[in-house]
Amino acid sequence: MTDAIAKRDKTSVYGLMAEFDSPETLLEAARGAFAAGFRRMDAYSPFPVDGLAEAIGFHRSSVPLIVLIGGIIGCFGGFFLQYWAAVIDYPINVGGRPLNSWPSFIPVTFELTILVASLFAFFGVLALNRLPMPYHPVFNVERFELASRNRFFLCIEATDAKFDVESTRKFFEEAGSQGIYEVEP
Amino acid sequence: MEPNPQNESTDAGGSLPLIGGEHTFGSITDKISSIVLTGRTPRFWYIGFALSFVLVLVLFFCIAALVAVGVGLFGIMIPVAWGFAIVNFVWWIGIGHAGTLISAILLLLRQKWRQSINRFAEAMTLFAVACAGLFPLLHLGRPWYFYWLFPYPSTMGIQPQFRSPLVWDVFAVSTYFTVSLLFWFLGLIPDLATLRDRARGRIPRFIYGMLAMGWRGSAIHWHRYEIAYLLLAGLATPLVVSVHTVVSFDFAVALVPGWHSTIFPPYFVAGAIYSGFAMVLTIAIPLRKLYGLEDFITMRHLKNMGIIMLVTGMIVAYGYLMETFMAWYSGDIFEKYMMMNRMFGPYGWMYWLLILFNILIPQALWFRSLQANVLALFLIAISVNVGMWLERYVIVVVSLHRDYMPSAWGMYSGTIVDYAVLAGSIGLFVCLLFIFIRFLPMISIFEMRGLVHEEETRND
Repeated sequence: MTDAIAKRDKTSVYGLMAEFDSPETLLEAARGAFAAGFRRMDAYSPFPVDGLAEAIGFHRSSVPLIVLIGGIIGCFGGFFLQYWAAVIDYPINVGGRPLNSWPSFIPVTFELTILVASLFAFFGVLALNRLPMPYHPVFNVERFELASRNRFFLCIEATDAKFDVESTRKFFEEAGSQGIYEVEP
Repeated sequence: MEPNPQNESTDAGGSLPLIGGEHTFGSITDKISSIVLTGRTPRFWYIGFALSFVLVLVLFFCIAALVAVGVGLFGIMIPVAWGFAIVNFVWWIGIGHAGTLISAILLLLRQKWRQSINRFAEAMTLFAVACAGLFPLLHLGRPWYFYWLFPYPSTMGIQPQFRSPLVWDVFAVSTYFTVSLLFWFLGLIPDLATLRDRARGRIPRFIYGMLAMGWRGSAIHWHRYEIAYLLLAGLATPLVVSVHTVVSFDFAVALVPGWHSTIFPPYFVAGAIYSGFAMVLTIAIPLRKLYGLEDFITMRHLKNMGIIMLVTGMIVAYGYLMETFMAWYSGDIFEKYMMMNRMFGPYGWMYWLLILFNILIPQALWFRSLQANVLALFLIAISVNVGMWLERYVIVVVSLHRDYMPSAWGMYSGTIVDYAVLAGSIGLFVCLLFIFIRFLPMISIFEMRGLVHEEETRND
């Protein structure tokens, strides 16, 4: 028995997952796990829980920067597109107005700023989250389908330096979890 | 406005509950997802879908005829070259605006009552913009050359005219559609994961699974997701204001009396929100009844939407008043004649019907008893839908039919094809809505769970 567990340690287990019945207990357990020195872990909840990402040590997100870059590209790219079309590629005299009649280029510049920033926001968040990801080990836990309904999960991964099936299990039991599952890789 | 989640008194219906009955995370999830995952489609769905699909077939037939024969099938002529197609375009695009307003602006203002109506209001936006986009394309005459509107390296060696509001319109509407689609789909991803986990058949599980892209509700993912959602809302807010502004430029930049006016952008945006909320009410009232969603779409939602309609309706009324005042105050004979012709000319009856439907009937919303009366709200919403269509007809057709030169005057009326395409676009809109409520959750499940959690912690 002990042999079997030892063999399935680090290499053959993705991690250990604990189930909780409320966002408050999950948040508490996540804070406890971070305080206990665990670093490679993730919490799963059916709706965003305030402070949960911070509790497991995630503070800075690069989403705003990506959106800003998208907006700048859209803005300058949009204006240049019109400048190039109206001044360089196809200069046409409309009522004697200057070729670079920039006030009338503002609406399209604005729309393209919004468009490119939004595309960066959408695809940026997907890329940072590594989605689409058709397979992930956490789905091997049968109860995990409730993570999108009414249950809350904390998974400490085997790659964590402090990970050890027995001690991690003990930690979860003390944190008041409702069920503990080994996650197959 | 300072966002203050604790202070509910900023919300007119603060005393009424946001969620009726006793609900938990589980019961909310089951109730909303069962509408989609049920094996038994309700009979009214089949009836409604069939009726609207007949209209879609009418639309397809008309499009085929328009492509084969040409836009001569429309009633358009000189001087009224814009006719029904542009009236319908402006009407539909205005309707779309409420969805973005509910999902983006009310999110930024932390109005929690948006959470059970934002999903289908956003879907409504998408379908309304799709219907809107159809009309300028058909009106082009040769719709298969629509891509000439975009700047691309063409062998003809020409470029679009970026000084024209009509080109701005192409960019505004296509950006609006794309951003609305991204915003809607981003909001759907966690709910698609719920459907994936709750579906029992192999095929639905596969399809929802592919669409959910492996979403697993990770805390880090939620963190980025919430930031991205908020940023998209922040981007969509100026966008929604800009879209109808650009649509109004189509008119305001022209020199036609009745169009050439600086009040057009704000008054068009207010009118768009007005008609959009009317359409949300028109859809929400039957939906909550048919699907028993009174616990989620409560009287508080309906009442708040009624109040927004009243406010935006008053802004629209101010627009009408100012148009009339400026026509007199400008001293310009063409402006003065335009206003007299609008009120007492051959289409005068339309103007007074518009005032009745858009301004007089909605004044009933001042009465608290009518704000709480579902049938009254429904009838007022229908009245505003009709009134806003008439408004666009008055602006487009009545301004064009008599401008400067009496020798160039003419009388316009829609043909059977005009009416059939309008009815067909309504059919397309309703048909898409029926498909949406059958296959996707019409209420955001994860936001409702969050709302249940907030209500619980407040009661503790």
